[in-house]
Amino acid sequence: MSAFLLQHPDFVVFLVLLAVGYFAGRAAESAHYRSIRRRERQLAGILMFATKFPPAVQVRQTTTLVSGSVVISSDYFKLFVASLRKLFGGRFRVYETLLDRARREAVLRMKREALRLGGHAVFNVKFETFNVTMGARGGIAAVEVLAYGTALIEPKK
Amino acid sequence: MLVSNLEIVPGKRIVKHLGMVQGSTVRAKHVGRDIMASLKNIVGGELSGYTELLQETRAEATKRMVDQAQAVGANAVLNVRYSTTSIAQGAAEILAYGTAVILE
Repeated sequence: MSAFLLQHPDFVVFLVLLAVGYFAGRAAESAHYRSIRRRERQLAGILMFATKFPPAVQVRQTTTLVSGSVVISSDYFKLFVASLRKLFGGRFRVYETLLDRARREAVLRMKREALRLGGHAVFNVKFETFNVTMGARGGIAAVEVLAYGTALIEPKK
Repeated sequence: MLVSNLEIVPGKRIVKHLGMVQGSTVRAKHVGRDIMASLKNIVGGELSGYTELLQETRAEATKRMVDQAQAVGANAVLNVRYSTTSIAQGAAEILAYGTAVILE
């Protein structure tokens, strides 16, 4: 076994990257989810709607565009699992969590901007997902999610 | 300049429609950011270099759209949409477009 590993240094590098990806990626993901859940509770007061027309708007309120975006990268382990998954098809659980994290993070950043401007609701929320993979081998595997909408701003008293 | 992705402005009347305005820009990553990103790609997580890059690009596209709206004499851009396309390896185009209007 050790003779085999000595003869194939590439394989050792691969195993190390896989292990680093697995542990660091898992740690980063659960830390991110904790932070997302905490901030979601904090910003729960900012309402979000996919409808175009705000109901019963008071004349004094102003509107402005707010947005939030994030680029999140997959880890080495997820890439490897996904490449195996591709053989059989089915659900790509590893990428589902990646997109879920990106989308929730983008929403949180959008809500934070709305809050900063004195808004209490965001209307006509749109999402855009962009693959930042940049093509090539040795390139990166990442997605950008943009969330944007129109914040209704309370007048300053 | 009021920028919004609604079709109306609550409490204000649209006096005149001035047609569509748009702004677009193409940006590419630079090598330093790419090296950092490929390292980050092993452990996963946010690529803040790329987040900033795309935010700057989007801000630039929005600014060009607003400039165009100002040039036609508008005081608001409504129903704004963003669109992102990968043009070539490592380069992204961001387009911002909307309707220029004059509010009372």
